[in-house]
Amino acid sequence: MAAVDWQNLVQGIPSLLSGLLINLEILFGLIALGFAVGIMIALVQVYSPRPFAALAVGYEWFFRGVPEMVLLMLIYFGLRQFQVRITPFIAAVIALGLRSSAYQSQIFRGAIQAVGRRQMMAALSVGMTRLQAIRHVILPQALRLSIPPWSNEFSSVLKDTTLASAIGVIEVFKKARFIMGRNYALALPIFMVVALFFLFLTYVGNWALGALERRYRIPGFEAKGAGERF
Amino acid sequence: MALLAIDDLHKRYGKEEVLRGVSFELERGETKVIIGPSGTGKSTLLRCINRLTEPDRGKVWLDGVEVTSPRTNIYRVRAQVGFVFQDFNLFTHLTALDNVRLGLIRVKKMGKRDATERAMRELERVGLADKAYAYPAQLSGGQQQRVSIARALAMDPKLILFDEPTSALDPELIGEVLQVMIELAEGGMTMLVVTHEMGFARSVADEIIFMEKGIIVEQGPPEVLFTRPKKPRTAEFLRKITEFYGESG
Repeated sequence: MAAVDWQNLVQGIPSLLSGLLINLEILFGLIALGFAVGIMIALVQVYSPRPFAALAVGYEWFFRGVPEMVLLMLIYFGLRQFQVRITPFIAAVIALGLRSSAYQSQIFRGAIQAVGRRQMMAALSVGMTRLQAIRHVILPQALRLSIPPWSNEFSSVLKDTTLASAIGVIEVFKKARFIMGRNYALALPIFMVVALFFLFLTYVGNWALGALERRYRIPGFEAKGAGERF
Repeated sequence: MALLAIDDLHKRYGKEEVLRGVSFELERGETKVIIGPSGTGKSTLLRCINRLTEPDRGKVWLDGVEVTSPRTNIYRVRAQVGFVFQDFNLFTHLTALDNVRLGLIRVKKMGKRDATERAMRELERVGLADKAYAYPAQLSGGQQQRVSIARALAMDPKLILFDEPTSALDPELIGEVLQVMIELAEGGMTMLVVTHEMGFARSVADEIIFMEKGIIVEQGPPEVLFTRPKKPRTAEFLRKITEFYGESG
């Protein structure tokens, strides 16, 4: 095995970090999109009349069923055929965001159903509209319940941002490949650095979610690293 | 004119007809108690009154307004009708104070300070001012039920519906809830109570309604119904329930 070319490795790191920044931008975009759409899909599935609920189920089926890579192609290259030109970055946010919304919708649906109809009924009994009940009674509880399963989705989409390279987004994976292309002896160390980046981000993200969970813990309910042990 | 009038209420779940034509009236300041075996539509009846469950047929009037009319603003009606659930149904993510305050702020659009003041008064009334910042999971069943009564009271209801308010409670906690209800009745609150507490029914109710299989079998003042019921079925039910729950229970 050739000796590691330390100098080239270290020189590559700033470039990798600038790529990682793009991954983070995609991550925030896709999570925001997936969160907003995911909650709406969940609410429609639980509370809407059947035709709308069925549409939401169809949406969820489509975006959970089509491979991410295919979604990226459909949205980036597919839209071009209709003269819709968006940047690869935007296409990645939309494709990965819609895919994530379908997964997130099932996290939120499970949480909303776990809160239960009785809470809705109690809210209605004091004169709240359904929207008020959802906003002030159902969602505050459901979102708390969503944090643990949502940390799964976070860890998953974080890594999926590297798929954006397939439609030409110059993010950390693509940059690592450039560096490797100049010197194949760097393959192992450079991808180990990339792996470490993602391990670090997964750690930070899940730590933040754990803190959020503890912060909004309801006394009398369990939370990660808080409450009594039995 | 009666405060609450119910006329020929029907409700069906699938094949089962839970309410098969129920009619009665409730005057202002009156307390009526509905008794009857489980699964005879008592809870469904209460929920049909403020349309938490939609009745299939029949009419409900509250204070001259037809609740069952599609043109009626049902949210306004519900804000005027307190509902106390068997299993309390406090909002689990909110403190006792916030449970009582939420309707005032969101439905009555009261300012936060006024709402807090009002909510504290109601918590005091049910003897729980010192638990204002406790969450439901930190309260006993009896305390939770008293908070839920305070939540209903805060809205200034014209009528409070109680759906077996003590059935989920340990025996030693039933008394504190019944005490609050007795005080309300004595204070002139209009109440419709589904319960198996015969002692409460006997001493507080102006009238007892005995329901079975979706219809009213017999109704009358407690002294009449308990001592010389007209229908053999009423007598049989009362005998059984006193066996299980005891004379005073």
